[in-house]
Amino acid sequence: MSKKVYKLEAKNLNAYYGNFHALKGIDIAMEEKAVTAFIGPSGCGKSTFLRTFNRMNDFIEGFRTEGDILLDGRDIYDKKIRVDELRKEVGMVFQKPNPFPKSIFENVVYGLRLQGIKNKAVLQETAEKSLQRAALWSEVKDNLNKSALALSGGQQQRLCIARALAISPSVLLMDEPASALDPISTAKIEELIHELKNDYTIVIVTHNMQQAGRVSDYTAFFYMGELVEHSKTKALFTSPSDTRTQNYITGRFG
Amino acid sequence: MPQIDIELNKLQEKLLEMWDIVEYQLSSSREAMLTNDVELAGKVIKLGKKVNRYDVKIDRQCENFFALFNPVAVDLRQVLSVLKINANLERIGDTAEGICRIVEKLHEPISQELAAESRLLEMYDVALSMFVASRQVLITYDPVAAREILKQDKLLNKIYRKSDKVIASFMNNNPAGIEVGLHLYNIIKKLERVGDQVTNIAEEIIFYRDAKVLRHKARKKKKKDQ
Repeated sequence: MSKKVYKLEAKNLNAYYGNFHALKGIDIAMEEKAVTAFIGPSGCGKSTFLRTFNRMNDFIEGFRTEGDILLDGRDIYDKKIRVDELRKEVGMVFQKPNPFPKSIFENVVYGLRLQGIKNKAVLQETAEKSLQRAALWSEVKDNLNKSALALSGGQQQRLCIARALAISPSVLLMDEPASALDPISTAKIEELIHELKNDYTIVIVTHNMQQAGRVSDYTAFFYMGELVEHSKTKALFTSPSDTRTQNYITGRFG
Repeated sequence: MPQIDIELNKLQEKLLEMWDIVEYQLSSSREAMLTNDVELAGKVIKLGKKVNRYDVKIDRQCENFFALFNPVAVDLRQVLSVLKINANLERIGDTAEGICRIVEKLHEPISQELAAESRLLEMYDVALSMFVASRQVLITYDPVAAREILKQDKLLNKIYRKSDKVIASFMNNNPAGIEVGLHLYNIIKKLERVGDQVTNIAEEIIFYRDAKVLRHKARKKKKKDQ
């Protein structure tokens, strides 16, 4: 019998910033086309863990990992893996919208231009498709040459999602994607996450418990570098099995 | 103390206040029946309105709590259980009221002999002791005591199942006492319902504390889960 291959997996993952042991023996397997939310207090390691999936931590001096991170069963820290190829497969959206000081159109096709794609029709089609997928097309289709910086915060964040989608990743990492947005923009991002999970595997870090409850299929609770509990979101928010999880989600920590 | 705990304590306090009134209603209905104390019966019936106000108030408090605190896990289970316990308490109060309305129609105290033969007083004692025990279990949770309440309900069901024959035989032998017999049977039926309602309450407390759902489970499965 063949072993089930998960979209993303960590096996006994330890991560260090210099002498600081940031992630301690994490074992987790995430299914394809599902949303997994990472929750936990600040400094618990959830963002560090999220960033290991597209090796964003490689830039940080003194950062090192032990153990395995697998994407479709392949070790992404393998020497043969090209980081730029990995990041095409694993897109990322950050807490603060970070559009480039360029037009809306150029923002979306930025990744494609980096890949050397010059065909205008391809760029045009990808831009439209990505903006539609990010639920922004109807709002910007007549102003594609307008500066991205002129968009509202919520629109900028959806633009960043469109930019991430343009290079056709299969995984989307979202690091508190709605924490800087108002409730209406937040609702749009959440709605978008629901739609995107039909095609993408999504991992989202959030401090908003209700958001984790609303958007995710699975939730993982981290505390002091450990993965305390990983289960179906409904189970975790109704009857968590670990007291630390219960104390955290009910706001009684410490 | 975190605000969420202050609110949950307030909710529990309100529920326990209602509990005390309903307990008074239930035990007074017993006394009113045995002594044909119509005045006491009237008092119990009047208290029904107060219980209804508690019912509405507790429901509203729960609604506010959901809206303002977005409870999860044990907090969520506690408020859900308060909602259901509230509904069951209100119905137990209604039952006590119903018994007192029967008392108003009885004209004389229920015969001790018939009460003993039909095991009506035993039913009352069991129902009241279940009710008091469930209040205690809510305050200081003890899983064994909670499950003991579920077991006690079986005795009420047993007495109820046998009561029709006893009452029928009484009515056969005393054609003049048919009305009393019917009233008595009605009271027995109501007490059997009280047993079910207290069982519901105990199951809600177990759900709140242990996240276990025992409702609507076959006896065997229930035993396994216990």
